[in-house]
Order: sequence, then structure tokens, then C-alpha cells
Amino acid sequence: MSLLDTQRGFRDHILAGTDAPLPGAPERGLAVYRHAYRAQLVASLRDTFEKTWAWLGDEAFDKAARHHVEAHAPKSWTLNEYGADFVQTLRALYPDDAEVAELAWLDWSLRRAFDGPDADAIKPEALAEVDWDRAVLIFVPTLTMGEIVTNSAAIWGALAEEKAPPAAQRLAAPATVRIWRSGLTPKYRTIENFEQRALILAMAGSSFADLCSLLVEGGDINKAAHDVGAVLAGWLQDGLIRAVRTP
Amino acid sequence: MTAIPVFEGFGLGLRPPHFNEFLEQGDLVDFVEVISENFMVPGGRPLYVLDKVRERYPVAMHGVSMSIGSADGVKLDYLRRLKALADRVNPLWVSDHLCWTGVEGFNSHDLLPMPYTEEAMDLISANIARAQDVLERPILMENASTYLTFADDQMTEWAFISEMCRRTGCYLLLDVNNIYVSGTNHGFDMDAYLAGIPEDRVRQMHLAGHSQGRELLIDTHDEPVPDPVWALYKKAIERFGPLASMIERDDNIPPLADLLAELDVARQKASDWTRAA
Repeated sequence: MSLLDTQRGFRDHILAGTDAPLPGAPERGLAVYRHAYRAQLVASLRDTFEKTWAWLGDEAFDKAARHHVEAHAPKSWTLNEYGADFVQTLRALYPDDAEVAELAWLDWSLRRAFDGPDADAIKPEALAEVDWDRAVLIFVPTLTMGEIVTNSAAIWGALAEEKAPPAAQRLAAPATVRIWRSGLTPKYRTIENFEQRALILAMAGSSFADLCSLLVEGGDINKAAHDVGAVLAGWLQDGLIRAVRTP
Repeated sequence: MTAIPVFEGFGLGLRPPHFNEFLEQGDLVDFVEVISENFMVPGGRPLYVLDKVRERYPVAMHGVSMSIGSADGVKLDYLRRLKALADRVNPLWVSDHLCWTGVEGFNSHDLLPMPYTEEAMDLISANIARAQDVLERPILMENASTYLTFADDQMTEWAFISEMCRRTGCYLLLDVNNIYVSGTNHGFDMDAYLAGIPEDRVRQMHLAGHSQGRELLIDTHDEPVPDPVWALYKKAIERFGPLASMIERDDNIPPLADLLAELDVARQKASDWTRAA
């Protein structure tokens, strides 16, 4: 048998997870590799989705993780990428408990921010000479957003502080969480609908002046400029902006 | 390709529970070893810690994903990322395992065993040559713990390793615990193993603990180094000299002070050998 055929057979044996014989290789050793493959991936999911694990508990989390492992063989050389689809797996497994997949999304996104690309945020004084009619904001590369329909952010926060988490409940209206890294620390914040719309536009390259005109409500451009200014101050404070470009 | 000089010293693996101590103190060990893949990331705290530790300690880079034994070849994107990290760190050396981790897009994230055949020798020699070309440096290959041997093996593990070194010019990271685990599992002669390893190619030695599985010893890195592994280490330094030696601990990680005390045992074994020599 060629080396390629040997390795294909070994791979298929591991993935099948049964004790079906593999010619030329003894079962007692194969069992170790079958077990190690699954244990390693479940441990990796526990590590990445730590708060989701804490929320579900060992038994339920490991059951979901094992289900995921059987359906998703790793393809990347880095375990960092394993679990990219775990949010979808949990959404399918817990259709009536939306907070589970949302916690997983928070875990995943915060982990990606943890070792995402570096970028220094600008300081407020750097904005002194900016031409606000044309200024376009450039955000730190770790910034991302997602919608939540439950109090998952509050649950995640309580678990992070090792406090008793609140009971899961649906929000009165969907909310948005933005995630980014400030210095070396991943952060998240639940934001208002107005900020979410402003952030989507700004991340797409709208100028500050365009933001004001696109977000004007009831014809009051001055109020829009004030509100966008307040949002901008929050972005600066949180270290979301790495540059201001004037095209 | 530039030769890798001998580095004599005693080190530990850099693990997250001990990050702060390594950041604050510069004289804990003679070198640290990092798992390359943990730092092959775009940015953030891992690379910050690595850069700071590198200012204080020589660093050995140790990988788990090169998959040098894959029948479909080594992965260029991986090697280029590894080279970028090596260029940043300027390590003592770059090592990985004599194994394969996946094939045709599948990655098990486990160190899977190689059959020791002529075909595997041709393949692994070509893969090591390719890796050394991309990395622009010779690499160290580590003997992995294995839990099975293949019916069509044509040579011993040590004969395979010896020939691999001869063909590629690569160096060796000799894992003493892995020799013990594999030797016990497969019943081979560990003294013959040490005698069969080319004396001039070893640059580093690993020490670790293991666990007794149902039928086999398992390389778990979750226990102190046991006496039989210390005994084999003593034989190894008698043959190879007191090369860069370190303790691997990846699970059930104790306080750093405990590992430093355990590392002193290795220092003692080496000083006994130096005095005797």
C-alpha cells in the first residue's frame, strides 16, 4: 500500500470513529488516536467557547461539542480556526434558547479580537485639524458587530466576572453588540440603534458630513450633527478609530 | 545551510499561566521554548508577550502543524507564516515532529505515526528539504510518542531517523519521554535507540511525564518527569552531552516554582555527568 493510501485509510478510520479494522495497524493503538482526535477538538472548543461552556455546563457543552466534531473535520493548520461554525451548530441544537448561540458568537468574536491585527487608536487631539465635511473614519481592524435578541451580553459579562448570571430573557427589541480590541484587551459594548446605523455607514466609508445627512430625522440636521458627534466621541473614547482620512 | 551551534542550558515551555513571571524576571531559565502556532497570529497579547520574553531569553520555536510526513507534501502557506515568525523571533532553532497531522485538506491536530518504509523515507526527505529551503535554515525533528507500528515497517525508528538526518542535514530534538513511551508500547530496546541516533545531530532534549492508559503508555505531559525517564535522560546525556534540555508541561500545570525545582533535577544529572567526564 502506498503512503498516501495508508494515510487516507488512517484519516478515514479516525473520522469514522469506529473500531472497524485498518489493515496493517493494530486496534489498540488506533483506539488511542481515535480518542485523542476527538478529545483534542472538544478541549479546543471548551477553550474558545469558555463562557458558553460555563453557561451550558460540562455535560450539555461536551454533547454539543462532540456533535460538532463529528460533523466538522478541521481543515486548517491552526486550531484557532476550529469552531468557526460552532455558533451555527448551537443555533440548530438550541432553537428555543437563542442566548446559547449568542454567547458562542460573543466567545468567538472576542477570541478573534484577542489575537487580531494590531492597530493604534488615534488620540482625540489628532482631530483638531480635521476637515469634517470630507473626513472618513478608519476603524481598528478587530472591530465587528452582531445582533442579539436576548440578554446574552449581560450573561457573558456576569460569567466573565464569575458572578451568578441572570436568567436568559428576550430583549424588548433586538440590540447590537460591537466588539473590538483596545490595546491588548478585547472589549464589547451593547449599542443603541442610532449608533449601529452610524457605525455601519462609517465602516462602509461614509464621510462625517454624509453620516449627518443620512441619519437626519425630522429634518433637523443640527440635531443629527450633535448626535453623530456624541457617537464619534464614544468611538474615540473606546479606541475604535485608528485614522481619519480626508480624500 | 548554516549549521546550528550547540547550546547548553536548561529551559521550560512558555505557557500562559506563567506569562507574567517570565515577563517580570529575566533569569528564571537559560532558554524558553514556545509553541510556534500559538504565536502565528496577526497580533495582540500573544505576540506582545513573545516579543517581551524574547528580550530576556533565548527562544526555541517548537511547532506541531508542519506535518512533515504528509504524503501530499508540506504546506507552503504554513511554512511562510512560520518563517515570518522565525524572522521576528530569531530563535535558537525551529523544530517540529517526525509525524504527519493530516492529508488532502484534513488536519487531525494530532501527531500521527509514520510507517518506517523506504517510500516514507523518500517522501520525508523531500519534505524536509522543501521546509528547510522555505525557512532558510535547518530544522530540528522530534521523535513523537507512538501508539502503533505498521505491519509494513522496513526499519527501526532510530534507523529511519539516522538516515533522515544523513539525507537532509536536519538536526534532532530528542524527546526522552517519547522514547520511553514508544519503547514501552512497542517493546523496543531503548539503549539501542540511543546508540542508533547520530551523535552530532542532537541539539535539544525534551523531558516530560506520561500516563498509563488501559493498555499503552500515553504521552500526556500532565505529570512530573518519572524516574525511568530521568534514568534514560542520564544515558542520553552520557551519549550526547548536556545539550539544551527542557521540561514540557501542557496539562495540570503547576506553579512555576515547582517546574523550576524539577528542572534543577535535570541540572543535577548534567553536572554529575560533567564531573564524571
